[in-house]
Amino acid sequence: MSRDMSMTTKLLDGTGGWLDDRFHGAKGFRTFFRKIFPDHWTFLLGEIALYSFIILLLTGTFLTLFFQPSMTDVVYHGSYHNLDGVRMSEAYASTLNISFDVRGGLLMRQIHHWAADLFVAAILAHMLRIFFTGAYRKPREVNWLIGIVLFTLSLLEGLFGYSLPDDLLSGTGLRITEGVALSIPIVGTYLSFFLFGGPFPGHDIIPRLYILHVLLIPGVFLALITAHLFIMFHQKHTQMPGKGRTNTNVVGAPMYPYFMAKTGAFFFFTFAALALASTFAQVNPIWLYGPYNPSGISAGSQPDFYMGFLEGSLRMWPSWTWDAWGHTVAWDVLLPALVPLGLIMTGAALWPFLEQWITGDKSEHHINDRPRNAPTRTAIGVAAITFYGVLWLEGANDVIADHLSISLYVTTEIARYAIFIAPIVAYWVTKRICLGLQHKDLHLLQHGVETGIIRQLPTGEYIEETRPLNDEERAVVEARNPVPSLPGGSAAADSDVPPPAMRGGLGRLRQGAYQVLTESVPVEAHGDGHGNGHGNGHGEPDHAAVPAGTEPAEAAIEDHAGDGQA
Amino acid sequence: MSDTGAPGGPSNEPTEPPAGPRRVIGTPPPAQARTMLGEAPGDGGSAPARRELPADLPDPGRAKRAERLVAALFILSALASVGFIAAYVGLEVGPIDAVFRSNLALGLSMSVAFLALAFGAVIWVRHLMPNVELTEERHPMRSDPEVREAFKETFEEGADASQFTKRPILRRTLIAATVPLAAAPIVLLRDMGPLPGTTLRHTVWRKGMRLLNYGPNTPIRPGDFSSPGGMITVVPDGFQDNQNALAAATAIIIKFQPGVMRFGKPNQVRGGYVTPNWTVDNIVCYSKICTHVGCPAALYEQTTHHILCPCHQSTFDAPNGAQVLFGPAPRPLPQLPITVDSEGYLVAQSDFHEPVGPSFFERG
Repeated sequence: MSRDMSMTTKLLDGTGGWLDDRFHGAKGFRTFFRKIFPDHWTFLLGEIALYSFIILLLTGTFLTLFFQPSMTDVVYHGSYHNLDGVRMSEAYASTLNISFDVRGGLLMRQIHHWAADLFVAAILAHMLRIFFTGAYRKPREVNWLIGIVLFTLSLLEGLFGYSLPDDLLSGTGLRITEGVALSIPIVGTYLSFFLFGGPFPGHDIIPRLYILHVLLIPGVFLALITAHLFIMFHQKHTQMPGKGRTNTNVVGAPMYPYFMAKTGAFFFFTFAALALASTFAQVNPIWLYGPYNPSGISAGSQPDFYMGFLEGSLRMWPSWTWDAWGHTVAWDVLLPALVPLGLIMTGAALWPFLEQWITGDKSEHHINDRPRNAPTRTAIGVAAITFYGVLWLEGANDVIADHLSISLYVTTEIARYAIFIAPIVAYWVTKRICLGLQHKDLHLLQHGVETGIIRQLPTGEYIEETRPLNDEERAVVEARNPVPSLPGGSAAADSDVPPPAMRGGLGRLRQGAYQVLTESVPVEAHGDGHGNGHGNGHGEPDHAAVPAGTEPAEAAIEDHAGDGQA
Repeated sequence: MSDTGAPGGPSNEPTEPPAGPRRVIGTPPPAQARTMLGEAPGDGGSAPARRELPADLPDPGRAKRAERLVAALFILSALASVGFIAAYVGLEVGPIDAVFRSNLALGLSMSVAFLALAFGAVIWVRHLMPNVELTEERHPMRSDPEVREAFKETFEEGADASQFTKRPILRRTLIAATVPLAAAPIVLLRDMGPLPGTTLRHTVWRKGMRLLNYGPNTPIRPGDFSSPGGMITVVPDGFQDNQNALAAATAIIIKFQPGVMRFGKPNQVRGGYVTPNWTVDNIVCYSKICTHVGCPAALYEQTTHHILCPCHQSTFDAPNGAQVLFGPAPRPLPQLPITVDSEGYLVAQSDFHEPVGPSFFERG
């Protein structure tokens, strides 16, 4: 022990001292080392995205050592005999070489591809976590927006990346990209000609996508991820509700050594998972697809999963087009390419500000919501997932039709209805589930936890014993964000004369949105001895008759006002 | 129903205003269990008053076992990494079996190396580092009003000193200078490609150009069809290796039983009719490039005579002028006028009479 200590001391006084003499780092690093990181398994989702990105940089750099981003025609005479003597682009030939003639090349290619899939999936999951727990709320709106930009870029980066090998599948993807570019009114044809250096496919697109894929977009990624992490670091991480966790503290383990060791382990887990996938699960076997050729295609062509929703959108859209005044507007391509992506991304970007406007809540939030405690937000999120999910499934409708032996056209017809109906159903069901879970929480607060112990009373009556919630459980269940009041205060709901902010069409819209958004089961946190077993019983008799879930906003405000300090 | 559980909480605490700026949620921690850390006022650099992280573990026996396990995992990781290098040196690649063998050996050793490291580190953290939970204070993001005021003054002082606010002519000319400067890089991109002109209106098909059976690249006689049925991909003679030409000119020919095709009046291209004098011996030729986004419409169902694009499932009715039956495609596949030349081979009468492939703004 003492030997170790002296070694540490020597190192600190020696190297540490040398560095501090030059950088004045002792104070800053001490704070850094003791920075607290709250713990929750969902906080790892963003880390998966970050580590996938690092793995993408590492494996991608390896691939650039061998890849030739060139569309020059060559005749292949490499190790893969099935394509011997076939004309192909240098890009495709060099990808074959990476796969068959570079040791570890196939492994690196597959890790790179799996890591790209994991990157997008982790970003998606991370964003959903942020949304459902309300972690985007003030002061974190800017980081939420950066996240949306990163997500959009990741789709683009993925599309460009899998287009590079110039195989039959990726060339088809580029052909669709051309079709989408052509559909843009006025500038589309020019855009397509400038992008491809002339008519499709030309000889320029692969080298151009290459430099975007390996330099420009990764550079933007690096900058935005750095900003994302610095902002997160500076604002401190949010935390899940729990005992001792407040809006003005951070509870968890310190950066050094705990978080460093855990996150290092997590990097290795991510890398190991990708290596395992790449060892046992073949991905993007371009040698089976063959080189690109504009007249060839294989049935069941599927893009990577993250492009699936755009593919589905293109598949289900009706064949609308305008021919007028010598011009054609291809609504059948333009709208499906823009509308779903636009709805999801714009909606996500505007949501924090919309929510702030509706609720008038301008305060900082550092304790995450449990999704059930924001029923409307959670329901909107699930509706968005459902919307995305229908598009995504429709993107694989040929595979579904094949496996389930139903008509291809029926799957599309179903999707055309489901895209409208399913999100509404999902919204309604989710909201009911959330409100139900709130009732359950209320029941736990009022009646305690069922222990499963049945006791017979002297009178012969059987009762089940319950135990009160312990402090930790109680802290979680009681952690409810106070519902903020509308501008003009709680008089808004009562008075016949609405406050100025609530007048006019926009004001009424806001009032209505407020009612929907703050719909919640009021918490009677104090257990003051009158629980009626229906979950909506609380002290004020004038409210007891109002069915839970359709509570006027004002009642909810009153009920919530106390629970923050319980 | 009786009241069980749910002990009375602090039911009569004063209620705060609901939208208060920073509210404490939950129970404050018992003071002895946690240490309030964070940037202590004034002396952030001073040594901690007492140890915040315990140095020793409650159960040395358990710790010893965990230590052995972690060490074993780290040794396993080292061995796996050595195995990775050995697999790299020892296993050749080239033939597909060898590649898969190499991939398995490299991937497996790599996975084990990372997995052992990961598990080792996690066990280390969970079982060898004492369990701690510290609390750090969180301060509102908003700066104190004095600080904000001071910043405003500093900024305004700087703006005044720079004369930026006082001298509008400087400000306006600076903005005027940046506008064309921003436009210049966009102009610089002009030479990325030629202007479209009428390129998309034409393909390389010309009068008398033979249709080659794509693949073997042989010319086709109507008599070569032993029986009506399948769909054959054809390309213009001389362009079979020209990807740019094929991206627009690739076509398909289908031979029908007599009486299956629905003929329209001459030059009636749209509306579900085949133009009769553009066919030879019940053989019709359509563009293979889907009118939706340009995928090859490569699937043909003989019994229904449907041409299907596998990308987005636009379905075209082959005997009826490739009319759209289903899917997002807005137009029938254009028909290529064909005939036979003096040697009896199928040739084009001309180029397509309308642009092939996806819509574009100038298509009209």
